Amino acid sequence: MTKKSAVMNEEKRDQDQETILQVNGLKAYFPVKAGFFGKTVAHVKAVDGVSFAIKKGETFGLVGESGCGKSTTGRTILRFLKPYEGNILFDNKDITELKGKSLREIRKDVQMVFQDPYASLNPMQMVGDIIAEPLKNYNKNKQKTELQTEVMDLLTKVGLPTDAYYKYAHEFSGGQRQRIGIARALALKPKLIIADEPVSALDVSVQSQVLNLLKQLQAEFNLTFLFIAHDLSVVKHMSDQIGVMYLGNLVEIANKEGMYEAPLHPYTQALISAIPEPDPRKKKRRIILEGDVPSPINPPSGCPFHPRCPFAKAECKEIKPVLKEVKPLHKVACHLY
Amino acid sequence: MNSNTSAESNNNLLEVKNLETSFSIDGKLYNAVDNVSFQVKPRQIIGIVGESGCGKSVLSLSIMKLLPKGAGKIRSGEIIFDGVHLETMEDKEINNIRGKEISMIFQEPMTSLNPVFTIGFQLMEVLLNHHNITKKQARQKSVELLKSVGISRPEKLVDEYPHQLSGGMRQRVMIAIAIACQPRLLIADEPTTALDVTVQAQILELMKEIQEENGMSVILITHDLGVVAEMCDEVIVMYAGKIVEKTDVDTLFYEPKHPYTKLLMEAIPKMDEEVELLSSISGIVPSLKNMPEAGCRFADRCPKAMPECKYITPVLASLEDGHEVSCLLYDQSKPKEGVNV
Repeated sequence: MTKKSAVMNEEKRDQDQETILQVNGLKAYFPVKAGFFGKTVAHVKAVDGVSFAIKKGETFGLVGESGCGKSTTGRTILRFLKPYEGNILFDNKDITELKGKSLREIRKDVQMVFQDPYASLNPMQMVGDIIAEPLKNYNKNKQKTELQTEVMDLLTKVGLPTDAYYKYAHEFSGGQRQRIGIARALALKPKLIIADEPVSALDVSVQSQVLNLLKQLQAEFNLTFLFIAHDLSVVKHMSDQIGVMYLGNLVEIANKEGMYEAPLHPYTQALISAIPEPDPRKKKRRIILEGDVPSPINPPSGCPFHPRCPFAKAECKEIKPVLKEVKPLHKVACHLY
Repeated sequence: MNSNTSAESNNNLLEVKNLETSFSIDGKLYNAVDNVSFQVKPRQIIGIVGESGCGKSVLSLSIMKLLPKGAGKIRSGEIIFDGVHLETMEDKEINNIRGKEISMIFQEPMTSLNPVFTIGFQLMEVLLNHHNITKKQARQKSVELLKSVGISRPEKLVDEYPHQLSGGMRQRVMIAIAIACQPRLLIADEPTTALDVTVQAQILELMKEIQEENGMSVILITHDLGVVAEMCDEVIVMYAGKIVEKTDVDTLFYEPKHPYTKLLMEAIPKMDEEVELLSSISGIVPSLKNMPEAGCRFADRCPKAMPECKYITPVLASLEDGHEVSCLLYDQSKPKEGVNV
């Protein structure tokens, strides 16, 4: 395929599938306060200028190591946090500055599944009430029996018995609790679900059950996922498009095949090579990165990855690379390309 | 310790025989580790895999005799380290072995270092306990140890506190403490689970280097089959407190026998394979209180379960070349057709 026809194909695809979420230059900073008057002395640059788009019905995987800002990105899109800069377009509507009622309306369409199935469910509430809560929130006049049938429906959809309604969260295993969390996120029939490490607290056998469930639900309800995880093989299994984050920046965006077969950014290459593969006969060449991720309060100048990069050049220390398309559907922020 | 005795026991550094460790719940005893036997040879890295709640950590704590007082107890069985029985040993005696001959790395580098003491103090503590050296010498040795685990500014780090370090650095410090006295056996309980992949790669590399240099044996407890494939010579698969399969690493990945092992392998998403849905194991590991009295403990979740699996308890039996499986499908007493899985 020539480059031109690939671009044309992409344009065609753009028309076929509308973009549901568009994030432009998003920054999320946290102030560091010091002194008697609590003066802001610095900022933790948790997310430092991130741009990407998700198409309807697709899964966008966001990967990176702890502290790279992937969860903060998800939370900022949900508007749990106020963006410092940049804008968020959801369904062609700018939701960056929304407040009060109009923000509540958007939250109906964007729901979240949390990492820790032990901490994200209220231990004092019956499972039925946990799932019914979003329904009650957005429809005060709903009849109790109506709510009940709706919740029972949701329980069946996520593969739980209907008698789970009258039980409490502690009576369930981790995987079942995650199903409850998913049922709650589904209750308002959202368009976009942000899943923040939904399976990282689960054992492999249960992890695969939950991943399968998410895929089935996506097909059934034409859901769009922003799937945040640190496990690259899980992200590969789930995603259509993948973005790799490092120190608050998106360093590479590509579709699944491009990302895993021909990663371009040196960080992505190291990350993929670091995964221990469940095959004792495969001895792969591993790129071992030196040192730790630097602090996001005082990120390195130029490319944030240059102190650990085996290919760093002089310009990497000075000029911050921008994310640019170097191959069809494959963007990378690196001076090597 | 006497080297003659170790030669007598078939060159095994550690031998665990029919170990049963039980916990008391509501006045009744339940076995978290049930009739477990295995051997560790010198210089061997042996992996123990299984899901949470399968007894792998309890097993390691039993060997170290670090079970929570009053709750867990070694009910029966033998733990023989270099010809010496650990299970009957008094606390005082075992203190001479713990930290010196056998040491342990825990999962949580955040919580297993003492936050109120400096890194140097915690390293020197081990050295001063087991060696007859001065404080100054111990400090010198601590700096050397930190250097050997790849810490770049060890002279400064000895005076710092754990909270000043990142997770990967803390785990390096934990390893430095564990290898301070050049132990002959290192028990690593999920040493890289709390770490990021790139840091995990660093730590695994480091552990391998040290193992090759010191020639120690390692028991590596993990739930990550990738880590097992990378590190181990032999693997033990545990389910619900019992060993279900035991073999060398190549056979385990290429010819797994037990249905549980097979399902576990299939449930992980692979990097070089594309599937729409992953295979999964229905249900969950039974809790200690709900453990079936008789029969195979995996029977309820096993797609290959036969009626007799519910009441005949399988035993760990050798197939060929030391490949041991505990499953009625492979029971030698049965006709060969049954082996068709």
